[in-house]
Amino acid sequence: MSASSVVTTLDSEKASAKHGQLYWAFHDGFVVTWRNVMAISREPELIFFSIIQPIIFIVLFAYVFGGAIQVPGGNYKNFLLPGVFVQTIAFAGAATSVGMSEDMTKGIIDRFRSLPMARSAVLTGRTLGDLLRAILTIVIMSITGLAIGWRITSSFGAAVAAYALLLAFGYAMSWIGCYIGLSVPNPEVASTAGLVWLFPLTFVSNAFVPTQSMPSWLQPIAEWNPISSIVAAERQLFGGAPMFTPGAPFPEKYGIPLSIGWIALILVIFVPLAVRKYRMSGLK
Amino acid sequence: MTDLAVVAHSLVKTFGDVHALDGVDLEVPTATITALLGPNGAGKTTTVRILTTLLKATSGSATVAGFDVAKQPDSVRRVIGLSGQYSAVDEKLTGRENLDMVGMLFHLPRDAARKRSTELLERFTLSDAADRPAKTYSGGMRRRLDLAASLVANPHVLFLDEPTTGLDPRSRIMMWEVITELVASGTTVLLTTQYLEEADQLANAIAVIDHGKVIAKGTASELKAQVGGERVEIVPQVHDDIPRAIEALRGLGDGPATSLGQRVNLPVSGGGQVLIEALRALDAAGIAVTDVQLRRPTLDDVFLTLTGHAAEEEEVASDTESAPKGRGRNRRKSA
Repeated sequence: MSASSVVTTLDSEKASAKHGQLYWAFHDGFVVTWRNVMAISREPELIFFSIIQPIIFIVLFAYVFGGAIQVPGGNYKNFLLPGVFVQTIAFAGAATSVGMSEDMTKGIIDRFRSLPMARSAVLTGRTLGDLLRAILTIVIMSITGLAIGWRITSSFGAAVAAYALLLAFGYAMSWIGCYIGLSVPNPEVASTAGLVWLFPLTFVSNAFVPTQSMPSWLQPIAEWNPISSIVAAERQLFGGAPMFTPGAPFPEKYGIPLSIGWIALILVIFVPLAVRKYRMSGLK
Repeated sequence: MTDLAVVAHSLVKTFGDVHALDGVDLEVPTATITALLGPNGAGKTTTVRILTTLLKATSGSATVAGFDVAKQPDSVRRVIGLSGQYSAVDEKLTGRENLDMVGMLFHLPRDAARKRSTELLERFTLSDAADRPAKTYSGGMRRRLDLAASLVANPHVLFLDEPTTGLDPRSRIMMWEVITELVASGTTVLLTTQYLEEADQLANAIAVIDHGKVIAKGTASELKAQVGGERVEIVPQVHDDIPRAIEALRGLGDGPATSLGQRVNLPVSGGGQVLIEALRALDAAGIAVTDVQLRRPTLDDVFLTLTGHAAEEEEVASDTESAPKGRGRNRRKSA
């Protein structure tokens, strides 16, 4: 059968030698991304709920809280929507935890680990696949937002920057999710462990109410919560709040540069941690 | 040494307090099949996982196709194929997509990967199901897809971890045919099995493993020779007749008859005629017989002789023993 075959082991060696390690790390990452996207596309239920969840979030918050909360500037929808965007994207990191944990507990992981592929590919494939899902989520949230009266009042460039920042944040969060998924024993635990810490993280922030309305001991925590900087940056970039909002707490006023710093910090910490965890897992 | 595709030297693997491997030595000559034969929990899967770079040995060393599994894992991965009892396929992808993915991860050009997928799907009679998600496949189809995936880059050394466990007889025979063909074309195969018949049928050499140690090596006939030749087995109707039966059989066969439990064993050579004479002698002595047979040693006898227990006895203990092998494995077991 070797004689009739179109492929030999040598072919694979020759092909690998054609490019450098970094090229193949990306190549393998994209192959695994493709695999994850194909898997998602075969699950219409998952797609349905991925679409419905952000719609529910936006409509719920806009109409339940909308009337009760007075915000500076007066337009609660322009205040609220960036908050819901950031929260929904943060929550998407929990899906990464579950997906990663599922990968690790299924037979396919033995296949990946016995192939001469980049060790990082399973992780980059998972996070890039979830990034694509985040794009879908953001598109749906924006359409829903526009339908209920949210408006982008800044420039085109600033809006592009707002979306880019949101995606970068989502990508960073999915690496935290990845690390959690690798650290827990099974997908059931991952679905709880990936989610539970996100509630205090997103609610003790300026996402839904101004931090000034919180008890004074809680205010510094909420102000310095990375979520607050990111939400503030989104508000400024979408035009819901003035750039470098005068009078706002420091982390909000300088939300844009601080957000970039937070995202970089998350990636610098969690990418190596997750890759290390993946390399170690199963070996012992 | 170049004609040895797999060499393992004093492999030890401990999971906490459990000694999964207790110094495994193994040699597999190129283009042959070696069977690692042992009960559940003996250390078969652990050995394969170390040799395929999925697991790190606590101590000891091993090479596959000349590459050190601990120091050159990427070189090892390039020349091996792995297929196991727990199919390592993606259930949400179709059969074709699974194979395409493996080909691309072997860094084959896209066209070559696709051609190879088509070729393998045909070979394993999966062409009709090629574009259905693997989760719709039967157990046998899934196993064939898994084996196909392990052959994408034409591996020099193929590791098969209990390739036929849980397969129906037809699929099992097909698997045997495929394995035989592969070896004929130059592939080296290390397969683990708890089926003595399978090792007997397929393997050039057998290594018997128990409690993490290789306790015997050789060809099937060498191993059988260790437990002696043919024998006549007689079960008298009345247990107390056993001494009289032994007395009646004196002078027949190659040596004195012995008793083992309910049975009387008479070592013989040249079979049939002695059997008739033995029955005549017993009849003359008025000893009624419930069962009589002429037995050639099977690998079951080998196993019993070597380990002091039958191959199946360990089943219960093995669940706890194999538990720390990795969380993935546990889950699949319970699933």
